[in-house]
Amino acid sequence: MSLDRLKSLYREVILENANNPQNHGSLADADYQTTVYNSSCGDKLNLFLNLNDQNEISAIKFNGEGCTISQASASLMTQVVKGKNKDEAIEIAKIFSKMAMGKDCSKDEIAKLGDAQIMTNIMMFPARIKCATLAWWALERILLGKDEDEEND
Amino acid sequence: MDKNIKQIRDNFPILKRKINDSPLIYLDNAATAQIPVSVSKKMMHFDETYRANVHRGVHTLGMWATKYYESVREKVKDFIHAKSEREIVFTSGCTDSLNLVANTYGEQNIQAGDEIVVSIMEHHSNLLPWQQLAMRKHAKLKFIELDQEQKLDLADAKKKITPKTKIIAVAQVSNVLGCINPIKELAQLAHQNNAVIVVDGAQAIGHFDVNVQELEADFYAFSGHKMFGPDGIGVLYGRKKLLEKMPPYRLGGEMIANVTREGATWAPVPQKFEAGTPNIEGAIGLEGAIDFIEHVGLDKLRQYEQDLIDYVFPKIQKIAGLTFYGPQNISERSSVISFNMQGIHPHDLATALDLEGIEVRAGHHCAQPLMETLGVESTVRASFAIYNTQEEADKFLSALVVIKEFFQNELR
Repeated sequence: MSLDRLKSLYREVILENANNPQNHGSLADADYQTTVYNSSCGDKLNLFLNLNDQNEISAIKFNGEGCTISQASASLMTQVVKGKNKDEAIEIAKIFSKMAMGKDCSKDEIAKLGDAQIMTNIMMFPARIKCATLAWWALERILLGKDEDEEND
Repeated sequence: MDKNIKQIRDNFPILKRKINDSPLIYLDNAATAQIPVSVSKKMMHFDETYRANVHRGVHTLGMWATKYYESVREKVKDFIHAKSEREIVFTSGCTDSLNLVANTYGEQNIQAGDEIVVSIMEHHSNLLPWQQLAMRKHAKLKFIELDQEQKLDLADAKKKITPKTKIIAVAQVSNVLGCINPIKELAQLAHQNNAVIVVDGAQAIGHFDVNVQELEADFYAFSGHKMFGPDGIGVLYGRKKLLEKMPPYRLGGEMIANVTREGATWAPVPQKFEAGTPNIEGAIGLEGAIDFIEHVGLDKLRQYEQDLIDYVFPKIQKIAGLTFYGPQNISERSSVISFNMQGIHPHDLATALDLEGIEVRAGHHCAQPLMETLGVESTVRASFAIYNTQEEADKFLSALVVIKEFFQNELR
């Protein structure tokens, strides 16, 4: 078997982030906390988040069970939004969702994703989009105050 | 490749296609088996020649359609060795069949304080109807656990099944562990305690001969799509005496004897349980699937799958870092292999295989309580069928080795 295809999905950055995830762990006194599930595989992801007086994400951590794609995506997401203003983070999360839904994004929009741009690659692998969006979905749920019971897929 | 197997493969056009530029190697047969062209043709022939509603009206076409549809019931009866075709209820699938029993027999017979016994390995479709029934009725749901070999613990079953037990619901073959459960022993335990046994046959049917009388099953449920038939058609076998006492499941056309302003009486079984226009075309496809299986021969089918597992299992066990679930003794297994690769999430492994055209299942297999018992979130599952070959198995095995190397050595 050739490794080319494997390498095109599991880029170094993705493997690196999955193996050494950034912002991994939990926040003891988190202002916000949510748990989301990937119902197709039973994976779960906990996201913890603090906002400071300026409404900036001052701390963000995640933990849970997940595949390479979901762990890498969570690691990249937390790095991209940490320090960002709430509205800005919502905007970025929406760009990511838009991309995940296969809608065209402008160059400026893609640029706002920062290092998480690498995840655009996942869109070539539709079966794994859900894994990539899990962490972003958790972020949106916290920042937009979505209902706990809302369907998460 | 065996000449006979080549002939069988030629009957499955999908096996000629490529997935991600590689020839399809379909190892997700436990989820859905592929459909032979003989089945598709049979359904098309029905649509082009006999299509009409059944059990309604007096026209010739309708009578033909009814005769054809009812002949499939007869065929299913023979296929599972039931006593009477009136014990064969057509449903939309195994899930529908199991829900039917829970919502009629269960609803009628379970009272507060009664016990319902299931095994811990049940698919959600043979767990949730009983769990929710138990909750509604304030009955107790008990689980038969696994033994040390990760198969059903018969000794535990003997402890869990008591005179308070009213229903036992167990799969004949686990969709995860691949173990073949001792249905006859469980049925006898049930009957000694005046309980009934409901068997989920989804993973058994089409893999070996199923004899509902020999098994002493009271109810037996299965789907067409796991036995080379179409989706949306399934069967509930039930002992006639039990079916006759049960209330109807769904209400509507063709399940009545008489309707007045004030009330209604029900049609005899099995029509009582077949409200509305049934999946007639699906039933015709099911006949095609039985024809296909009988043409190959159930003994040959079982032997071929067994030989394939005999070939694969010792080889896959040699790959370091894999954990297997279910009994290690091959003779106690069906053609399902569930496993995990150390340090690699099942999703990643399944994707890597998919990139080579090898389709396996990764996930909790709709058996989350079993996953919890096994101490995992999910597993990879490869499931083999009559059209899979040793060559395909070899490609699967070598891909596993390469993928393992990639994930373990690429960056660490």
